[in-house]
Amino acid sequence: MASRGLLLSVLEHDRGGKIFLGILVASLVVVPILNLAVPESSPFHLSTFTVTLLGKYLSFALLAMALDLVWGYCGILSLGHAAFFALGGYAMGMYLMRQIGDRGVYGHPELPDFMVFLNWQELPWYWYGFDQFWFAFLMMMFVPGLLAFIFGWLAFRSRVTGVYLSIITQALTYALMLAFFRNEMGFGGNNGLTDFKDILGFNLQEDSTRVGLFIATALALAMGYLACRFIVRSKAGRVIVAVRDAEDRARFLGYKVESYKLWVFTFSAMLAGLAGALYVPQVGIINPGEFSPLNSIELVVWVAIGGRGTLYGAVVGALLVNYAKTFFTGALPEVWLFALGGLFVVVTLFLPRGLVGLFSKVRSKASVEGAT
Amino acid sequence: MSGLDTLRETMRRDRVFDFVARREPISSERLDTRHGPILYLESVTVSFDGFKALNDLTLYIDDGELRCIIGPNGAGKTTMMDVITGKTRPDEGTVFFGQNIDLTRLPEPEIAQAGIGRKFQKPTIFEQLSVFENLELAMATDKRVWPSLVMRLSSEQRDRIEEVLNTVGLHALIYERAGKLSHGQKQWLEIGMLLMQNPRLLLVDEPVAGMTHQEVEHTAELLTSLAGKHSVVVVEHDMEFVRSIARTVTVLHEGHVLAEGDMDEVQNDPKVVEVYLGS
Repeated sequence: MASRGLLLSVLEHDRGGKIFLGILVASLVVVPILNLAVPESSPFHLSTFTVTLLGKYLSFALLAMALDLVWGYCGILSLGHAAFFALGGYAMGMYLMRQIGDRGVYGHPELPDFMVFLNWQELPWYWYGFDQFWFAFLMMMFVPGLLAFIFGWLAFRSRVTGVYLSIITQALTYALMLAFFRNEMGFGGNNGLTDFKDILGFNLQEDSTRVGLFIATALALAMGYLACRFIVRSKAGRVIVAVRDAEDRARFLGYKVESYKLWVFTFSAMLAGLAGALYVPQVGIINPGEFSPLNSIELVVWVAIGGRGTLYGAVVGALLVNYAKTFFTGALPEVWLFALGGLFVVVTLFLPRGLVGLFSKVRSKASVEGAT
Repeated sequence: MSGLDTLRETMRRDRVFDFVARREPISSERLDTRHGPILYLESVTVSFDGFKALNDLTLYIDDGELRCIIGPNGAGKTTMMDVITGKTRPDEGTVFFGQNIDLTRLPEPEIAQAGIGRKFQKPTIFEQLSVFENLELAMATDKRVWPSLVMRLSSEQRDRIEEVLNTVGLHALIYERAGKLSHGQKQWLEIGMLLMQNPRLLLVDEPVAGMTHQEVEHTAELLTSLAGKHSVVVVEHDMEFVRSIARTVTVLHEGHVLAEGDMDEVQNDPKVVEVYLGS
């Protein structure tokens, strides 16, 4: 009963959030049925490819929401959030690699193929424990969180803000990309981690596993939304907005601005790590390309297009832009980057609050006209 | 000092070292003002690249006093506030709040929690939040992250917010978004936010800049009503306003005190006349 009350209070005055969660829950029911129960000959059948694609979009949506929490609410424009996503992805990738066991090309019982190829004799220490899912699961959130904590502690304590912070987050993700490209790092270098076989004993090629991953991603997105909503509805959430709007004022009211920023940044990084961990088994590969600075920038574009500071706006942005990307790169590959750039310019110039802002503006106008 | 002396000094039984003493959370209850003044600035010097913004400034503010500080541009008024609130650290000199709180060693949030509230020159409020939420955030409570995450307003706290809303005359606008307030209303909201902190000392930087005549009168009433319960330091350019509220006026010039006294004394002081009118 108490949890029900909490859920209601978290969603109080949050029409958009209720609609969003409603759609998410509906898709949780509809998508598995359309894929597993409807026969393939039927026009209503949803192919496994589409289910996986939707799951991938939802993991991007979770990442976008994590960024919206730090950018939209706390005003920290992180241009390196894809790094936390990729770290979570690598943690999942390491677990999946260990699950391959002796089914690899070289058939080594313990070492992943790329290590055998590099003539390594034993597993590096940081690969220990990743054969256990619970350990890997902890690391998916702990590693990005730890990096964000150390990075944030240094950056916020020195009062690095605004564009300078954005630039060093870019540097952070770029540095990680270069590091992960190196074979000596022990993460598969250029090729990354791939050729996964199964997760928790379920074959990754099975339709039911794919649907399971979709469900897990949708649930993670819903839980993530509720957690973020709980934060922004609390007094701490108002402090975060206060820091965004007038940092000095908050400081002279007695708030340790650095602690608040650090806390939000770390939480957001953990959420991004979880998103990455859900992404990897669905696409079947993780490589250093995920650290590319471009990815982080694209992520910012999703959030800007959807609308900052609403959480579900980020989800809308991520889904729309990624759908558009899938469509354009299939139909008109050479147009995609121009379309993305054009979209960003249009949104920045005419829709400062994104699509969600446009929608609520139209609605409030309509209700005003309806009232007169 | 020889090694033996150092040892003796360390072993003295009549003193407690900072690192041994349990550090109590700083709060205004701990403030010791038995000797009268609530704020001591002694020989404070601050220089920026050789330019001395404050030059051997010595100033005392009494508990419950309303003090106006005037001075031409660049006299060091804002720098002085920065030093008191911990934004700028002095190169030399001491700054004490009461007799026991050394402000040069505390970070800004702790100075605020010790009981010093500061209003900025430009009204600085949280524009996206409502008037009520602005005051809620300013309230003197536990301001760490975890307690804030689960905090709920008690009815006493709600009453306190309403009381302050009445004091600053913004009760009709309680749920208005703060960004929509007029300039004068924003200034009052910011003063209200200071009051929510239960400060012992209020530092108010140019409270009437850009206000209409009526708003200025209202602000003058507000500030004089606060003195006594709080100590108030007002920095202002508007001479008429200063005359209407001030009992004691301090004139700053080139980073040190040029004159101090009531308004008439100060205005007739030849040094002050020279600074303001030029020779």
